Amino acid sequence: MTLTAYIEGIGLTGPGLANWPGSQAVLGGQLPYQPAKTILPPPALLPAAERRRSGAIVKLTLATGLEAINAAGLIAANLPSVFSSSGGDGENCHAICEMLASSDRQISPTRFHNSVHNTAAGYWGIATGSMTSSSVLCAFDASFGAGLLEALCQVVADNTRTVMLACDTPYPEPLFSTRPIPDAFGIALVLAPEKSAQALAKITVSLSDLPADRFDDNALEALRIRIPAARGLPVLRAIAQRADGRYVLDYLNDTTLAVEITLC
Amino acid sequence: MNPLWLSHFTATSSIGQGLKQTLAALRERRAGLVPCTFDTVDLQTFIGEVAGVDTVQLPEHLADFNCRNNRLALLGLLQDGFIEGVRAAIAKYGAQRIGVFLGTSTSGILQTELAYRRRDPASGKLPADFIYGKTHNTYSVANFTRCYFDLTGPAVVVSSACSSSAKVFSSARRMMAAGLIDAAVVGGVDSLCLTTLYGFNSLGLVSEQPCRPYDAQRNGLSIGEAAAFALLERIPQHVSKRLSADAVLLLGAGESSDAYHMSSPHPEGRGARMAMQEALNMAGLQPTDIDYINLHGTATQNNDAAEGCVVSSVFGSAIPCSSTKGATGHTLGAAGGLEAVICALALQHGLLPAGLNTQQIDPVLDVDYLLQNREQPVARVLSNSFGFGGTNCSLIFGRADSL
Repeated sequence: MTLTAYIEGIGLTGPGLANWPGSQAVLGGQLPYQPAKTILPPPALLPAAERRRSGAIVKLTLATGLEAINAAGLIAANLPSVFSSSGGDGENCHAICEMLASSDRQISPTRFHNSVHNTAAGYWGIATGSMTSSSVLCAFDASFGAGLLEALCQVVADNTRTVMLACDTPYPEPLFSTRPIPDAFGIALVLAPEKSAQALAKITVSLSDLPADRFDDNALEALRIRIPAARGLPVLRAIAQRADGRYVLDYLNDTTLAVEITLC
Repeated sequence: MNPLWLSHFTATSSIGQGLKQTLAALRERRAGLVPCTFDTVDLQTFIGEVAGVDTVQLPEHLADFNCRNNRLALLGLLQDGFIEGVRAAIAKYGAQRIGVFLGTSTSGILQTELAYRRRDPASGKLPADFIYGKTHNTYSVANFTRCYFDLTGPAVVVSSACSSSAKVFSSARRMMAAGLIDAAVVGGVDSLCLTTLYGFNSLGLVSEQPCRPYDAQRNGLSIGEAAAFALLERIPQHVSKRLSADAVLLLGAGESSDAYHMSSPHPEGRGARMAMQEALNMAGLQPTDIDYINLHGTATQNNDAAEGCVVSSVFGSAIPCSSTKGATGHTLGAAGGLEAVICALALQHGLLPAGLNTQQIDPVLDVDYLLQNREQPVARVLSNSFGFGGTNCSLIFGRADSL
């Protein structure tokens, strides 16, 4: 059983990977990967009050998602969306747990509403005016694969375009030691049911038990392993290398995703 | 959409473990809300706590998953032959052809809240027995359920606050329609924790009394916990396997976003209206085809005002409706699943459950809010679930003989 869609736009934000156009030479192997702290652009589309309240996951989501949608020449307000994150807003979670363990448990309303896993999806709606459905998912280390499957099922079952985002941000200590995500990282893909002028590649996905592809470059491989959202990087590498082929992505422990990329 | 069959379902909340107790509580108009004595919480509020959660023992090989949310999940799974139903589906379809789609808002965060009280005074480290991935992490309950049944297919947690376990029906519907799976374990599990109790309190949304949805004097919600599950399958095509008349089907689902505010609904319920309308469209039904609405009805000023306004404008003021949160409390990420099961009971037993605690219906809300149970044939019902971040989901369920 396979699921097929067309990738129309790509967004990428990560350590040393500022955006998709600027990262293609690195992922394509023409330039060495040079890790550097992830730069999160300020969320210009948000009203001032929301901008002040938005944490790293919101900034990451907006920057990465809008990059993909703009590249596809589409309007965010019209697209259904899939937000997959392995953990949500780590800084905020730590601040709440710290307060609840103290003698003053009066967490602020903003802390609380930022604690929900769909915080970024909520701010996304406010920023883009999108009233379409959004699926907000978590599958721990499998969150990229879970988001990709959800998005492909939207495309295939409901014959609609959708934007899929996999975004992760780090926890501070002491949670960092139990969940060591080193930096913020996000991938966004605009997926469509039909081939269009802006289609970059056809993607076909099925469940598999083959081992996942790895990067030869140690630093890129470390990124792929340490940040769940980065498990989607082999798809971006294939497109950057302009190499049609079959690839395998990590998904759940006992299940991987076999991916076929055909450039348009 | 092609209707999907809820071949097995079950719910455990403060009003009962399993369907029998839940139905009896609804019939007897018994609420599960009691003054809060949970953990060390010092708030004046009522909660819907499930009895016996802490005595549940997870199987030894799944001991790393031990946290209140997964104990509640297992307690829920153990009711009504649900486990046997899933095992039969595995035998029929194969372990890779069954997906797991569960909703939760706070997952096992209580485990982390407790661990933060036991940080090493010198290093600040969390205790060594704290296992983030299998307890705190949002995916934990789907992972636990998938491992419990030795499933090898897709699994995911939907976590969109209080619409989570309504939206799982949509995600499962799409994956089944796309052909990746043949059946889905859907549902929601959310358990009491300090984050939600103190969080909703900080927003001024927690009532000091048992919550009174749609009451003129409503002043906030009561938080509850629940585990609800359903097994979704396609309708058997073979004549020998024809569904019984009272089999419960998912007929439609509508999802939308408010694009308005993080913690307040759109005042005119713009997104809520879209969700209800889309559910009707997907089911190919008119508003007059719906016999009862299980409201989101949290008993906050804003939610009930916005929802009531849309319900009367889309469905008219004569459609019977109620919020069962007066009985169960608001079970947050489990509410959609719990109320889906209550809808299934309404369909099978011809019972429109009254809303409890409500004394005087808000005259501004022009709806037929039920203060007494009503017994009558029920063919199709709609259930609303809305959440923080402006997320909305409406589901329509019907009896097989309503098709």
